[in-house]
Amino acid sequence: MHVISLSAFDLGIAALLLVLLAGTSLRIGLGLEKSMLISGVRMTVQLLLIGLVLKVLFARPSLWMVLGMATIMLLVAGYEVWARQKRKLTGATGYLISTGSMLISSFTITLLALTVMVGVDPWYTPQYAIPLLGMLLGNTMNGVALASDRLTTEMYTHRSMVEQRLLLGQSWQEASGDIRRDCMRTGMIPIINSMAAAGVVSLPGMMTGQILGGSSPLDAVKYQILIMFLIAAGTGFGVLSAIWLISRHLFDERQRLVLDELTTVK
Amino acid sequence: MKEAPLPSPCPDAEYSEGLRLSSLSFLGNGPYSLDIPPGKCVGLTGLSGVGKTQLLRAVADVIVHEGDCFLDGIACSSFDPPAWRKTVAMVPAESCWWYDLVSPHFEQGVEQGEVREWLEKMGFPPDVGGWQVSRLSSGERQRLALVRSLSSGPRVLLLDEPTSALDRKMVRVVEEIIGDICRSRQTVCLWVSHDREQLARVAGRIYRVEEQALVEEMKGCM
Repeated sequence: MHVISLSAFDLGIAALLLVLLAGTSLRIGLGLEKSMLISGVRMTVQLLLIGLVLKVLFARPSLWMVLGMATIMLLVAGYEVWARQKRKLTGATGYLISTGSMLISSFTITLLALTVMVGVDPWYTPQYAIPLLGMLLGNTMNGVALASDRLTTEMYTHRSMVEQRLLLGQSWQEASGDIRRDCMRTGMIPIINSMAAAGVVSLPGMMTGQILGGSSPLDAVKYQILIMFLIAAGTGFGVLSAIWLISRHLFDERQRLVLDELTTVK
Repeated sequence: MKEAPLPSPCPDAEYSEGLRLSSLSFLGNGPYSLDIPPGKCVGLTGLSGVGKTQLLRAVADVIVHEGDCFLDGIACSSFDPPAWRKTVAMVPAESCWWYDLVSPHFEQGVEQGEVREWLEKMGFPPDVGGWQVSRLSSGERQRLALVRSLSSGPRVLLLDEPTSALDRKMVRVVEEIIGDICRSRQTVCLWVSHDREQLARVAGRIYRVEEQALVEEMKGCM
């Protein structure tokens, strides 16, 4: 099937919708217009750049170039997770935890998918490795960011309750257990909803892209099922590890809640 | 304000047991040193914001501090933290609750012997465990929080304004219960209050907390 190529004019019309939304935000005082427009411009530039990079990468596949690209993607994802938290862990710890949990979840699962499930040869074939990693990082990033942000905010807001529970002789795990469980749910609900609605309410992006690109719907569906499972596992393990690592840092060796590990909000 | 009556002086008893604060300092306050023998209550008073609550939190080991506390000669730092906080129980001025009903906040529920007894003395009916926390008054919360901390059988009680939301009659009931526990179980008590008359009733000694020292205001039989 021939793919209809989109012109700059087509994209411009779509961009106008975002401008319209930003105008509405300005009018009703939401205060989101600036970040909306910056994100829109950023997304356009980033996607155009990645299009060029992928063109080069696909033409001359190389392990080191794929690994280099994957590392950059991981570092940016780690930064995004860290930057989206209202109250962040101070110093390099917050960034390392964000990046570490993305590494644990997305990287290992992508590697598993490439070597065991997809079985592409060589395993780093960029047409498979980069889009798979990109989808995993993008989705796990959202889950981990949501959960991490909620954790630091809740721990700060409910610090008296956590301390009261410590004072009653509970361990740090017991004292923060309810909050940690809530945060894990927050991080995982989007992907659980996506799985539940896939094919009924929504046609996921990867599948839609493959169908538009001319693949058979059944092949597209199989890839979509694979990617949904991978994203769910990646998000779950990413959220679990981020919540555990951040929580551990909010309590010292005497199991005291140490909120000066968090940045202050002015 | 009426000065608390000074009890007749008696010689300091020698003791090696009980609670010892040894050069305890935190957040620019201290170092504070204090010995409280088993079964005795010490009152702490002082200006608002001077660090009375922080002192209790340091003893309960929920804030970073220097120096150490000893219970019967054993350093806080050698205790497992949850074990220390069960043994040295602090009741904060404002209690927190995280379940919908009262009962789940009590490790053993509210039906068992002593807890039931204390609750009765404090005017609660037998069905208090099923009460909604959101409907409790501040006085009810304060009394229930006290019983919740007493229920683990602590060796030391750190009370931060434990009767600030109670009427006069209930204040006396609480004072009586705490006094009984100190006497019968040899529990050590550090009682923070702005009410010097109350401290004179419940404590053998009263100290005024200042930023760098504990100044003895009233010396009783310790």
